[in-house]
Amino acid sequence: MPRKKPKSAKSSAGSKQKVKGHPDDIVPMVLTSATQELFGCRADEDVTGESPYKLLKKDDIIQDFKTRAKASDFRPVKQIVLDYPEDELLLVFDRDLIYGQSFYLVLTPEAKKRILNVVQSPEPETSEVIKTPEPKPEPNSSLGSEQEIDEESVKETREKLCFKFRLRRKSGTLVCFSDSVTQVTGIPSDPDRRLGITLLQRDCGTQAVSRLQSSTTQTQWTLPKNMSTQYTPRELSSEEQDNILQSDSMKDFCKSVTPRMLYALQQEGIMDVFFDDWKALGTAAKDVDWSGKDFKGLKLYKAFSDQDYTKDKDISSVNWHPTLYGVIAVALTAKRQEQESTTFGAQDSLILFYSFSDPSNAQLLLECPDDIYAFEFCPSDPNIIVGGCKNGKVVLWDISAHVAHLQGTQPVKKVSVNTDTYDLYPKKENKTPAVPYCAVSAIESSHKAPITDVHWLPPTFEVTKTGLPVENKYNISAQVVTCSPDCALMFWDVRVPHRKQNVEQRTLDGVPDTFKHLDHTWKPLFRVSLPKIDTSGVYAPLKFSLANTARTTEAADDGSSKVVPDFRQLRVPSAKTLTALEDVNTKLFIGTESGEMIYTDWKLVKDDAGRLHSAKPLHCFSIHHWLVNTVQLSPFFKDIVLTTGFWNFAIWKEGVTDGPIIKSPRFEKWCTAGCWSLSRPAIFFIGKEDGSIEVWNLLENTNEPAQVHTLVTNAEITCIKPWTASPKQHFLAVTDALGMLHVLEIPKALCVPSWNESLRVKKVFESAEERLKDLVRCMELLKNEQKEAEEPKKKAEADELFKPLTSEEEHNNHLKLEESILRGLGLWPSTANTQDA
Amino acid sequence: MAEVEETLKRIQGQNGVQGIIIVNSEGIPVKTTLDNPSTVQYAGLIHQLVMKARSTIRDIDPQNDLTFLRIRSKKNEIMIAPDKDYFLIVIQNPSD
Repeated sequence: MPRKKPKSAKSSAGSKQKVKGHPDDIVPMVLTSATQELFGCRADEDVTGESPYKLLKKDDIIQDFKTRAKASDFRPVKQIVLDYPEDELLLVFDRDLIYGQSFYLVLTPEAKKRILNVVQSPEPETSEVIKTPEPKPEPNSSLGSEQEIDEESVKETREKLCFKFRLRRKSGTLVCFSDSVTQVTGIPSDPDRRLGITLLQRDCGTQAVSRLQSSTTQTQWTLPKNMSTQYTPRELSSEEQDNILQSDSMKDFCKSVTPRMLYALQQEGIMDVFFDDWKALGTAAKDVDWSGKDFKGLKLYKAFSDQDYTKDKDISSVNWHPTLYGVIAVALTAKRQEQESTTFGAQDSLILFYSFSDPSNAQLLLECPDDIYAFEFCPSDPNIIVGGCKNGKVVLWDISAHVAHLQGTQPVKKVSVNTDTYDLYPKKENKTPAVPYCAVSAIESSHKAPITDVHWLPPTFEVTKTGLPVENKYNISAQVVTCSPDCALMFWDVRVPHRKQNVEQRTLDGVPDTFKHLDHTWKPLFRVSLPKIDTSGVYAPLKFSLANTARTTEAADDGSSKVVPDFRQLRVPSAKTLTALEDVNTKLFIGTESGEMIYTDWKLVKDDAGRLHSAKPLHCFSIHHWLVNTVQLSPFFKDIVLTTGFWNFAIWKEGVTDGPIIKSPRFEKWCTAGCWSLSRPAIFFIGKEDGSIEVWNLLENTNEPAQVHTLVTNAEITCIKPWTASPKQHFLAVTDALGMLHVLEIPKALCVPSWNESLRVKKVFESAEERLKDLVRCMELLKNEQKEAEEPKKKAEADELFKPLTSEEEHNNHLKLEESILRGLGLWPSTANTQDA
Repeated sequence: MAEVEETLKRIQGQNGVQGIIIVNSEGIPVKTTLDNPSTVQYAGLIHQLVMKARSTIRDIDPQNDLTFLRIRSKKNEIMIAPDKDYFLIVIQNPSD
């Protein structure tokens, strides 16, 4: 602030000048508001702190003097104002009261200027625009424009030339100037290269045209094709042929070709080059296992036992299901020792069905009224099972309702609906379905002793009430033969009896009504008793086997119709309507309690009184000295029977009446079961009481077994049954006295018959038969000799006593005597030969 | 002529020979012991077969050539001996 400087400068001075606090050239003044309004210097309105300067006109002040003479504020400075040289006086608003009053007047123009300049000089910084410096004339700098000007300007390059022409003419005449017409050839302009524009790029349009284009046309021309050709072969005429044949080339040809051809022909004649002898030899032995890895013996395939049911039970009989794979049925019986001690009806008697898929659970149970000693599946309908009880009754079951369940256990069959439901209700799975028996025979007509053997009659024939074999119209097995140690065989029929009583049988729930007509009223067709041959009394049969009943007519094969018989509908046909058959073999082989083998005919014969009774057996042999276990017809030979007793076994041939053709030596261990192999004619299996199985091969040795497999089971073997499940799998079911069922796999060596086996076995039998005959003949001859030896001796003695003899007669007698004595002693030369034979 | 006859007789003498045909290079039978239709049939068919067989052998090895062809069937055997200009066909019934 410029004022401050002076103030500071003045303040030191001001202290000295107390009287005057202001410089000399200014006078503080008080201006009234009227004066302010008059001069337009109202405080804080017209003049403010920022613009405190106000220039007052001298004339105005003088005017003010005049108007307001004494009241004018400027009175103290009147004189100064009047003396003021200039027109305007400066009035400054002193806001801050620096000089004591709110205004002060500047008295001298120099001070005015000074204040204004001082005041104004700092101000250009804020308010005034930058002053442009005055343009000074600068010397002209040449930027090259003079050149252009020079070029453009037209200057005379040379002096103007002046030409004077003198015309030699008459003076005074007119001169006319005119243009002359000249040919001016235009000067073509040179094309200025600089002006040309070179064309670098030009757009032009293109069109794509295909290189190849296919088009079709249709023409009238058709392809000529042969419909058919007919040709004849070219032939040479006879002259041509002759010519050729006589030509030299032909001769050469013949010469060269003939040796080759002859060689080939001869070779052909000698042997067949295309037949491989080695290969032909090998095909027969293809199945033989040369590696030796196959197990030669019986391999345990599976062992079956169901803990719930088989505890402390004995198995009396085992049977394979004829159609389902891997289903076996066993009949459980209470052990023999416990028979006396058991309470009444304590344990249920059951037949269990096992399946290969589940060895430890029975699949099906058949309820029996009492222990079953023998049961069989019906050959025509595997759902029908007949069994013989301990109390002598015959029992029938129908398992057709549960076959689906059994089939569900088959390995390859698709899952039947039944097993699905079993999955949903798992508790049901634990309970094995039990089938109650359908029918049981009437108690008064059953056997009085346990039934030990049951067989179905084959579908080839049936029997009537009178014991006559008649034709089987429907070719189904509907009749059963049972035998029991009460010395009788009974024939039963499972169909509705001819004269059926209309007694309504109450059917229990869950029992199929297949045999409703028989329940409790079943009577046998007829009985066969077995009177003894030599003495009175009867035999007590244990096991029997029907002799081969295959008939030669074709009906036998057609008979195995696939129609499953419905036994409810079948009736026993009236005996009159059926034709009797003559060619049926009605013989039986029976093994008895005392070890005898009986060969008898079951046809009833009429005796003198016209009553029917059984004929006496044809033959009886006492071979086995105790109970007979098995009587089985060979599956390959129609007349060979295997029987086993405890001490030995025997093979019989039907028709050979002298005894068994093969008899085994006495065993140390009892033989408890036996069966033929189903695939090899020479093999049969014998089960022993120590749980071992012997495999006998008739072709090798008849004195000892071919193989012995010990410890097949831990108890005595009660039953053996073979089964051919598939050509590769042959099984042997072995049951023991502990209630276990073992299924063994028969190795290939014992399944596959060797070359020509049946022929060879036949020869073995024939030779055995011959031997037997010879033996019998020898025995007879020996007996005869002994008899004859005694008789002449007696005769001679008698003669001597009564007659004196002549010398010749004496000599003859003597000779005769000598002869007889020597015969008796066996020293007669002619008898010695026969005895050696 | 005599040569041919002699050849035929010798071949015919072997056991089992059913027929002999001599065919020229075009497949036309020249001499035969069978009846005409059979001869013509055999000649035509076998000629094609021999050509094929020969070309096969020569394709595999040009130095090689077919010397003998033997066709064995269920019922009989046909033997063919080719040569430069002709070939000989013999039909035989094998003894075994």
